[in-house]
Amino acid sequence: MLKIADKEFSSRLFTGTGKFSSLPLMQEALFASESELVTVALRRVDVNNRKDDLLSYLKHPRINLLPNTSGVRTAKEAVFAAQLAREALETNWLKLEIHPDPKYLMPDAVETLLATEELAKAGFIILPYIHADPVLCKRLENAGAAAVMPLGSPIGSNKGLKTIDFLEIIIEQSTIPVIVDAGIGSPSDAARAMEIGADAVLVNTAIAVSENPVQMASAFKMAVEAGRMAFMARLAKQENYAVASSPLTAFLDEEF
Amino acid sequence: MKNFKDLFETYHWDEAKESIYSKTKNDVEQALNSPKRTLEDFKALVSPAAAPYLEPMAQLSHRLTQKRFGKTVQLFIPLYLSNECTNICTYCGFSLDNKVKRRTLTENEILQEVAVIKKMGYEHVLLVTGEANQTVHVEYFKKVLKLIRPFFAQVSMEVQPLDTDEYTELIPLGLTSVLVYQETYHKADYRKHHPKGKKSSFDYRLETPDRLGRAGINKMGLGVLIGLEDWRTDSFFTALHLHYLERTYWQTRYSLSFPRLRPFSGGLQPKMEMNNRELVQLICAYRLFNEELEISLSTRETEQFRNHCVPLGITSISAGSRTNPGGYAVEPGSLEQFEISDERSSLEIAEMIRAKGYEPVWKDWDKVLQ
Repeated sequence: MLKIADKEFSSRLFTGTGKFSSLPLMQEALFASESELVTVALRRVDVNNRKDDLLSYLKHPRINLLPNTSGVRTAKEAVFAAQLAREALETNWLKLEIHPDPKYLMPDAVETLLATEELAKAGFIILPYIHADPVLCKRLENAGAAAVMPLGSPIGSNKGLKTIDFLEIIIEQSTIPVIVDAGIGSPSDAARAMEIGADAVLVNTAIAVSENPVQMASAFKMAVEAGRMAFMARLAKQENYAVASSPLTAFLDEEF
Repeated sequence: MKNFKDLFETYHWDEAKESIYSKTKNDVEQALNSPKRTLEDFKALVSPAAAPYLEPMAQLSHRLTQKRFGKTVQLFIPLYLSNECTNICTYCGFSLDNKVKRRTLTENEILQEVAVIKKMGYEHVLLVTGEANQTVHVEYFKKVLKLIRPFFAQVSMEVQPLDTDEYTELIPLGLTSVLVYQETYHKADYRKHHPKGKKSSFDYRLETPDRLGRAGINKMGLGVLIGLEDWRTDSFFTALHLHYLERTYWQTRYSLSFPRLRPFSGGLQPKMEMNNRELVQLICAYRLFNEELEISLSTRETEQFRNHCVPLGITSISAGSRTNPGGYAVEPGSLEQFEISDERSSLEIAEMIRAKGYEPVWKDWDKVLQ
């Protein structure tokens, strides 16, 4: 079972709540995904309104909320937003995303590291959204992150695992869970991420914007399970070299 | 210091216009097939040669918009604070030479207006004024921002252009975005339509987005008033401006609007009319050129047209708007800046958005992000 901080998850598919055509449909898709960790943008929540529409559709014993800091541009703003999120959503879990670039929503490595250090010290469970940068992931681990969330390709792009070579290094080196976030465009991308050993994936756009989000959520659920199972069963190795004959070493079998 | 004016001055209106009008079907097809579109592609997409490609452009625009913004449409409402104005603009109901009763809302009156707006459900308000620097100045804006900030998640402004240090003062008070329309990039025509007042300086207006960028504004809105000049050429210059700004002020978000000249009391006839088909072409051309751009559609447009535009590439929409100061509560009957075509209430618009398969979004920002 996947464990992040002190929480165990039987589903390795995490989901987002944005971009759906309606809240009832979002809820139905989330149920179909069987996801247990669901991100919510703080900017979309009316923190003064306990009956906020979005939150009322997320009230379910299986669903844990993961507030995100989308919209903040610096570590300072992120720390402020984190405190508000903790108060408003009654959780100390936080998906830390700091993107000063509103066009491609590229995460700021420097600010993210600073904010992780400060927030982890303050008792937050931090899941930082970052580039697929193996060194940065190790630095975040040391700074107290509970997991790392490297991107597969630009957020919302549905381009799949463009960063796969770096993801493999991150997965190899990490002692905390690795969640591939952003860019996963199809169930096969999700399965691939799981096959290479990711601990979980986070999917939003590919589900929300599909023609049938409920069916797509269910497809992702199965793909994540299949990918995980394949990882556990150890994929048969792809052979990059010929084994049929050994022209360079055959002489060793000859009698001298 | 970088400035758009320097880049702008290397271009010539007539050359740009000719280049747009000489685009061919081949250029359009190349633009449609390209994964990343350039300014030359944009020219092809707004050119007459692209007219037969409207449906494929709309399909692409629809897909790209959903990919980025999901199946959602944001809602906002304008709050007119003042119609005092020292400018003469040939197309505007608030022009100095227009004999209308002038009013600048007091704090008490603003609160009355806010109460009505809040009942409609809005979290994003757009403050609008004319240009009367003696009474409606930066101190007035500071007062207003402090007054209304507790009521809204997001505050935008569409007022006279200000200096960088003035924007710098207003941003921490809760100012998220500023809209400044160039009206037209045709310098001679600009002079003709703005004969008097501070607005008559083409360059000061042209440099406003640079000043906003330097002040670190979160979002800025660009656009031209469609009907003053050749809309294809004016739109190309808007795209050029956007292209420059995105690279220079990369931490800022950008939005665009396409106000078409509408009649007002004593109104100006458009020099060049743009039909609905052409407006759709323009919306799609911008989306194909820039996937991240926020695009809003004015209440100047008719109900039917607005309904159909929702899935095409629009990301935000206003509803229940009044374009006169005091229009919601204080003095509902006073003269408006321009006539509104779509008079539906915010609830009716939200219902229409839902019926189109989209979620109406009232809140997508937070005070904490300032």
